[in-house]
Amino acid sequence: MSVLTPAPRQVRKRKGQDPGSIIGKPGFLTYGLLIAFILGSIFPLYWSFLVASRDSSFTAQQLPPLWPGGNFFANAARVFDTAPFWRALGNSLLVGTIVTVSVVIFGTLAGYAFAKLKFKGNNALFTFVVATLLVPTQLGVIPMFMAMAELEMAGELIAVILPNLVTAFGVFWMRQYLVTAVPTELLEAARMDGCSMIRTFWHVVLPAARPAAAILALFTFMTSWNDFLWPLVVLDPSDPTIQLALERLQSGYSVDYSLVLAGTTLATLPILFIFIVLGKQIVSGIMQGAVKG
Amino acid sequence: MTVGTSGSTGSDGTGADGDPPASPGDGGGRRSLRERLNHWDVRYSPYLYIAPFFVIFAIVGLFPLLYTSYVSLFDWSLVAEDPVFIGLDNYVALMGDARFWQAMVNTISIFILSTAPQLAMALLFAVLLDAHLRARTIFRVGLLLPYVASLVALGIIFGNLFNHDYGLINGVLGLFGIDPINWHANRFASHVAIASMVNWRWTGYNALIILAAMQAIPRDLYEAATVDGAGRWRRFISVTLPMLRPTMFFVVITATVGGLQIFTEPKLFAQVPGSNNGGSTGQFQTVTLYMYQQGFENFDLGYASATAWVLFLVIVIFALINFWLTRRISSTEDSR
Repeated sequence: MSVLTPAPRQVRKRKGQDPGSIIGKPGFLTYGLLIAFILGSIFPLYWSFLVASRDSSFTAQQLPPLWPGGNFFANAARVFDTAPFWRALGNSLLVGTIVTVSVVIFGTLAGYAFAKLKFKGNNALFTFVVATLLVPTQLGVIPMFMAMAELEMAGELIAVILPNLVTAFGVFWMRQYLVTAVPTELLEAARMDGCSMIRTFWHVVLPAARPAAAILALFTFMTSWNDFLWPLVVLDPSDPTIQLALERLQSGYSVDYSLVLAGTTLATLPILFIFIVLGKQIVSGIMQGAVKG
Repeated sequence: MTVGTSGSTGSDGTGADGDPPASPGDGGGRRSLRERLNHWDVRYSPYLYIAPFFVIFAIVGLFPLLYTSYVSLFDWSLVAEDPVFIGLDNYVALMGDARFWQAMVNTISIFILSTAPQLAMALLFAVLLDAHLRARTIFRVGLLLPYVASLVALGIIFGNLFNHDYGLINGVLGLFGIDPINWHANRFASHVAIASMVNWRWTGYNALIILAAMQAIPRDLYEAATVDGAGRWRRFISVTLPMLRPTMFFVVITATVGGLQIFTEPKLFAQVPGSNNGGSTGQFQTVTLYMYQQGFENFDLGYASATAWVLFLVIVIFALINFWLTRRISSTEDSR
């Protein structure tokens, strides 16, 4: 049986566009599951907008209508009155940008060194980098707080920026990508032509690293944007990041969900917008990196 | 900074031979200087490139880790000035602290409820997306959507959805004749609710990472397996899983380290805003939340540090177990 069937079958499969996956040709079930998943992904975000666009009585109904009301701008205005929203947004943007640029540059530099350069201790040092992924950052908050207080940085944004300037994940990620993305012959050719190490990095490695660097930038920015524990510990409540401002919106005896969720919607929209504009590039970047690596 | 400095040194090195007619004959001395510079460049630049990581890690990773263990040996209050050395007393107290153990059990419970379904679903969706789909970019972008939502916002939104009296989830359950569940008061239910936030946020992210690795698997391996008569399940077990091993390591370990440190979700799930109690009886207080409470609500830095160290050890143990498990699961076929 199995001797007879394979040959023609293989030919037929070659004609199909995707001969080699586990699923083969995707059917109703595949699409159904995926669509359900995407709807589930969107729903909580839609829900927060829904609540934000209505007045406070809305949430007292257990099964409220599922279309938006007209109060969003009124609720948004209340957000600006209640919390230093713009300042918080600016703070988060500033911290996120500095951290992201730094992590991408240092991650790419170190990743390149580990991926392509020969030096003593390369493997051992890289193993060490990977092992540091195990060190839980959240557990360092107490001594970090003490150190920042000692350095009189507590309350300042620099205290949020400093600990995040380079990450083990960044180094690991860029190394994985650069191992295959940059042909060693190309590096050798550049060296032959008299390029210094750093020029080789700048002109050969950096352009090749772009797709993986874009992903790393997204991940880093999101991590920074969402950081909560450390800013909560180290920052002054009057000069918060966006997450701290959101958390403070819900203080009080009864939570005003229209207000709070208007805040969360406002904080999510800019990121969501950027993501929708760049999402395709980001995702294809992940895939491109994978095909090569 | 480092980039700039090494950059200028590097271009000085090449700048020196800015006059190309440096023929082999005329500049023996200069050439050797250039060669020496070149040699130093090749030899030491790599260390310069990796240095920022090690310097920063030493300051913000290693130092806190070690200093935490030092602080944990003291009765060290945030408000009083002079810490008193008390040896292992904090640890002894911690071992007999019912609240700490409850937090530990909560953490592990939430961790298992979030990591296991999250990774299983991520694997499933990666497989689904690996097929040749129409509009696949939309699906892929959609996967990452929860990841870009704000974490604090998420905590607030889910807190609202899981509200006992007027939450949407109990409302929908009511449609099916199910009695409302007290998601905040019931211990296990609160763990499920918190885990659902984690799952919601990270499943798509992990699916995309796994999918990326899956797409790198040479397609002819699947063809060959199909020709050999392997069905879907067999192809998955014998081809996909072993090829995914490095990625699965990574995904499992990061999920472990992240999952056991969970803080934001349980803090925001509390019905009393700003509370660090994790519910009225600490039913969903996690270890990191407990640590925060000890350190910055009760100002007992020594005790909080001891908590941090014990959690660190637990994380290492879990990471090792998971490392070993992942290795076993994805290499079953290799050994046969």
